[in-house]
Amino acid sequence: MSNVPVNSGRRKFLTLTTGVVGAVGAAAVAVPFVKSWSPSEKAKAAGAPVSVNISKIQPGQLIRVEWRGKPVWVVSRTQKVIEELATLDSKLRDPESKEPQQPEYATNAGRSLKPDLFLAVGICTHLGCSPTYLPDSFNEQVEGVESGFFCPCHGSKFDMAGRVFQNVPAPLNLVIPPHYYVDETNILIGVDKGDA
Amino acid sequence: MLKKLVMGGIDWIDTRIPMTETWNKHLAQYPTPVNFNFWYFFGSLAMLVLVNQLLTGIWLTMHYNPSAAGAFASVEYIMRDVPYGWLLRYMHSTGASAFFVVVYLHMFRGLIYGSYQKPRELIWIFGMLIFLVLMAEAFMGYLLPWGQMSFWGAQVIISLFGAIPIIGDDLTLWIRGDYVISGATLNRFFALHVVALPLALVALVFLHIVALHEVGSNNPDGVEIKRKKGSATEEEKGKFTFHKQYSGKKDIVDAIPFHPYFTVKDIMGVSFFLICFCAVLFFIPEGGGYLLEAPNFEAANGLKTPDHIAPVWYYTPYYAILRAIPDKLIGVVFFGGSIAILFLLPWLDRCKVKSIRYRSWKHKLNITQFIICFIVLGVLGTLVATPLYTLIAQIASVGYFGFFIALFIYSKNEKTKPLPTRLTH
Repeated sequence: MSNVPVNSGRRKFLTLTTGVVGAVGAAAVAVPFVKSWSPSEKAKAAGAPVSVNISKIQPGQLIRVEWRGKPVWVVSRTQKVIEELATLDSKLRDPESKEPQQPEYATNAGRSLKPDLFLAVGICTHLGCSPTYLPDSFNEQVEGVESGFFCPCHGSKFDMAGRVFQNVPAPLNLVIPPHYYVDETNILIGVDKGDA
Repeated sequence: MLKKLVMGGIDWIDTRIPMTETWNKHLAQYPTPVNFNFWYFFGSLAMLVLVNQLLTGIWLTMHYNPSAAGAFASVEYIMRDVPYGWLLRYMHSTGASAFFVVVYLHMFRGLIYGSYQKPRELIWIFGMLIFLVLMAEAFMGYLLPWGQMSFWGAQVIISLFGAIPIIGDDLTLWIRGDYVISGATLNRFFALHVVALPLALVALVFLHIVALHEVGSNNPDGVEIKRKKGSATEEEKGKFTFHKQYSGKKDIVDAIPFHPYFTVKDIMGVSFFLICFCAVLFFIPEGGGYLLEAPNFEAANGLKTPDHIAPVWYYTPYYAILRAIPDKLIGVVFFGGSIAILFLLPWLDRCKVKSIRYRSWKHKLNITQFIICFIVLGVLGTLVATPLYTLIAQIASVGYFGFFIALFIYSKNEKTKPLPTRLTH
């Protein structure tokens, strides 16, 4: 042992800097462990946003797109259907879309970005069956309403904005996925505008 | 000759590792209050169940296939094809419920005898951490059979994190590792269930006991058995020798060594426990749908939700609190708060008297209403919510949280009975 006097200031400085560098190192090492829990590239590819071209859709037509393993409906609503939507409030469970089943920008009368085009996840909010689109025979299900969606599994009924009717097993309106118009004819499903 | 060989062997070990010293310090010369009653069985029983879970768990891992494609089939394989696989699995599933039974009773003991009070706050904190890890362990284990209730139960519980503002959605995505519950979720839960959490559990149990042996056990009278050195007469100290770690600094009264006295008593408890355990194991392993739920006999299906999702019985009190509150975020806050507030118990109770035997009628009433509310919530949590049940759950939730608030208020100047100078037995 040498008899050099202890320089406690230097010792404190070295202890502190060693501690700080060690903490930074530990934080850096934590990154791969934390990040490895995020969705893998494979999961991301399966869950990636999908693009749909609506240039060829006919009035009243429904097209299906698959997104994250679920069917997403894109429906062209005619003027008649849009007018009918406004008359249904008293028959619906949640006519004003108070339950958070849709993004902010779809919390409106037609639950859509544009009144003439409706987009929703085609999975019943009851037990996950996919309801049937009845463009002109919905009268048999709800008197006086021409078009809507009827779930064959347990008889839940939804209007042309995916709003659930009263006295059916489904508790909530259909889910509207995040989506936005890339241009006039292309919609990207799965992301909000600006998040892409 | 043989004896000499054995003694020589013990000596050889003792000069290298403190084996006899540890045996004496923690068992043969560990002072234990003479008046331990029925409620003191559950600590050792919890350790027995932990060993059961570790052992059967290791064996189940040998036959289980942790993948979304193979998990459900491998559990059926264990039940039907693996020799005694059904027994190992039922021991594990029954053990999970038994673990919560004994832990709840163990916590109840701590509650009525004030075992959480100064200087045993850390024992209580370690115990609560064990309880928390145990809940996580059971939740993750429940996903592994990959049945309908596994899948949708996990879906509901993980979605709770989605209620947290701003980071909620990213957090649920990170926990799942996918946009829905998938093989990624199953595999990480498997890793946590069989490696990470059992390690944490064993480490916490070790700390729980180290902390207990440092301050010594409480007892049904809540009167300390350690007195100031030189203050007790020879008659009070009794005939037993205790390790100098305890008797060197204090005089110990009304105590007997843990071994053989309480090891023998605990064997009695173990025997009775095993009779009950085996009755469930062999005659009602599914517990009428409460220990193993019916929808779990169907493989997980992300496109079809079961009619009624209920957690396993040991989570139902907290689940009922969650459901009783109509707002999602506030519900989740109170759900977490119902567990978190238990951690604060040592500081919420400001009374100096520990045991319920010498505390006021207010305290007895408060504990009674707390236990009633807890059981009512537990029952409601298993049922389908109706407006009436929701109202009852709301009242019981007020009772649950009210226990802690009332305790904090009346315990400051509580009118208690005089404490005995010696333990009563």
